Amino acid sequence: MGTPFEYAPAPESRSVVDIKPSYGLFVGGEFVDGHGKAFKTVNPATEEVLAEVAEADEHDVDHAVKAARRAHRTWSRMPGAERAKYLYRIARIIAERSRELAVLESIDNGKPIKESRDVDVPIVSAHFFYYAGWADKLKYAGYGEQSLGVAAQIIPWNFPLLMLAWKVAPALACGNTVVLKPAETTPLTALLFAEICQQADLPAGVVNIVTGAGSTGQALVAHPDVDKVAFTGSTDVGKQIARTVAGTDKRVTLELGGKAANIVFDDAPIDQAVEGIVNGIFFNQGHVCCAGSRLLVQESVADDVLHRLKRRMATLRVGDPLDKNTDVGAINSAEQLARIRELSDIGEAEGAERWSAPCELPSHGYWFPPTLFTDVTQAHRIAREEIFGPVLSVLTFRTPAEAVAKANNTPYGLSAGVWTDKGSLILKMANALRAGVVWANTFNKFDPTSPFGGYKESGYGREGGRHGLEAYLR
Amino acid sequence: MTRADVRKTYKLYIGGAFPRSESGHTYVAHDAKGRFLANAALASRKDARDAVVAARGAFSGWAGRTAYNRGQVVYRIAEVVEDRRPQFVDALAATEGLSARAAGAALDTAIDRLVWYAGWADKLTQVVGNANPVSGPYFNLSTPEPTGVVAVLAPQESSLLGLLSVVAPVIVTGNTCVVVSSFERPLPAVTFAEVLATSDVPAGVVNVLTGDAEALGPWLASHMDVNALDLTGVAGRPDLATDLEVAAADNLKRVRRAPAAEPDWTLEPDLDAMTDFLETKTVWHPIGV
Repeated sequence: MGTPFEYAPAPESRSVVDIKPSYGLFVGGEFVDGHGKAFKTVNPATEEVLAEVAEADEHDVDHAVKAARRAHRTWSRMPGAERAKYLYRIARIIAERSRELAVLESIDNGKPIKESRDVDVPIVSAHFFYYAGWADKLKYAGYGEQSLGVAAQIIPWNFPLLMLAWKVAPALACGNTVVLKPAETTPLTALLFAEICQQADLPAGVVNIVTGAGSTGQALVAHPDVDKVAFTGSTDVGKQIARTVAGTDKRVTLELGGKAANIVFDDAPIDQAVEGIVNGIFFNQGHVCCAGSRLLVQESVADDVLHRLKRRMATLRVGDPLDKNTDVGAINSAEQLARIRELSDIGEAEGAERWSAPCELPSHGYWFPPTLFTDVTQAHRIAREEIFGPVLSVLTFRTPAEAVAKANNTPYGLSAGVWTDKGSLILKMANALRAGVVWANTFNKFDPTSPFGGYKESGYGREGGRHGLEAYLR
Repeated sequence: MTRADVRKTYKLYIGGAFPRSESGHTYVAHDAKGRFLANAALASRKDARDAVVAARGAFSGWAGRTAYNRGQVVYRIAEVVEDRRPQFVDALAATEGLSARAAGAALDTAIDRLVWYAGWADKLTQVVGNANPVSGPYFNLSTPEPTGVVAVLAPQESSLLGLLSVVAPVIVTGNTCVVVSSFERPLPAVTFAEVLATSDVPAGVVNVLTGDAEALGPWLASHMDVNALDLTGVAGRPDLATDLEVAAADNLKRVRRAPAAEPDWTLEPDLDAMTDFLETKTVWHPIGV
């Protein structure tokens, strides 16, 4: 691009990671074969096949649930202080093997190494460390002290390890055992986590990992001996799960989609806000349920914000996820890329104006340039539907009341952002926005101590913090 | 010559007004011995939808009140129920077949229950919310907020204590509701609605439909502008409860599942009836200069 900021390539070494040609399921503390048809997981940045992964069928799921049920008898009766030690061990091993985990996460997922290394893996370790400390303090949390039993946990491909940690750590701290199904396209770090459980001498069956796609997940949710279902993923699948568990005693938490408004007032520090907008929608290629995908800019500064935003977007480095300079990595799968392209084309067809950062995309792999749309109205599909990619829709507003009305005009309610220098306006907006997380003068921040979860069709229940224990206790 | 008494026409309570059912239908409410007590309005699908509109319209104003004020309003309900004690005792005795003494005791519990919930309005945030010590320079606070419009299927047996035990926790936290009363025992609910109308409860915060939960439930459960569903009123009817829960999934309503049998409402409640209809909002702000 000829900017003064060209860097030489700085690729992270892959040598730290040993990917096996094929993987089994992790059931009862051991790797076993699956009975379904094995599938392949690929590196989305190169389309290289990484490994063959077993698919769990109903029989395998049943086997895993039985293993979890057996393990629950001892795990749930173990003193909390002892359970805590296993979780502390896991937290420490994750930190010890952080380089390996980060590289594998970036290879299998396509996310930039600087994000897997500096965001995902440290927070994963911190989650286990945080919930380890709850295990012997449950009586102070206010949600009861009894575990529920066997937890079925289904996680998405956008943060494979982080979502594993959000699910597994509180469940284990509360004395539950788990059967976890990672996403079809990103199973490898979950399987490495299985090895970590072995290294930690976690009792067999406390954590079971069944790989597979939708049918494996359905079998898990519908299994009659599952006491609790925790799901993170699309709103459509969340609704199917809610229907499946209707009339049962299963407890459910759902972390679903979002269409967050990121609201910039005219007195905001504009350069900081631009960084927040970029972080809000281009972090993790926009594969974030709480991504700030609807930018609401106060009309009086819209031109200025857009000018600076485009200038900033032009400096984003898109490419090799393992290059330490990379800001935006690969789209996770061909299917996801097709959806992003389809919705972007619809945006154009419906009259919005498309602008993409000028960048050269690699010839192999799944890529989409950081993109924004202007002239977007609330009726446009790109302003209503979750795109789950690096695509930003820009709308404007004049008054705080209009910003609130537009921000809340969505069936979702996961997150929102507010940028202004005026404290009283922040508090007014934070009160009025119908969303589970409100970031003021920041965006996309996560922490083990901080509850996360949505209003309305973004699902129910909270993960993280003291509130995150509620889903696993009675 | 004996004087003919002036009998009350029992109506619905929607948006602070007392309309008849738009359908024109009524049904007979009997006393415990099966004798005619009155004609009650038979709420229709359209009445249910009108009630949801009223509840939605009232939501932001009610949720936006101070907790102190909401507590005072709920306490005021208790005051007015107490003030109309003889009327409620008569209504309970006739509807539930209780002796005057038992009806009085049931009313005492009902009033005390309202007072108990009133006090939670400005305390629940402190009990279920918290500051989060995130590892970074951020102010980070999690607070409970009402979930929105709640459709409540009230208990079938306990016509007043049961009703307030499901309505008070919903509204004291800032939700608004559409409540379907006991089908066989609707009259105390209507009298209670008259209390609400004179207790500083804003119009639309509570909307009372007398009618059949089986007929009205599906419309409320599938209504896309209802945020949550309390199935207490279909206790012991698992097939109906399951159908309603399935319908509620269409917009991911928060569902309070039906118990196997109607609970003993005289027991002191826990926080669940409130927290089941609360969201947790977490607000982040950097700490710096």
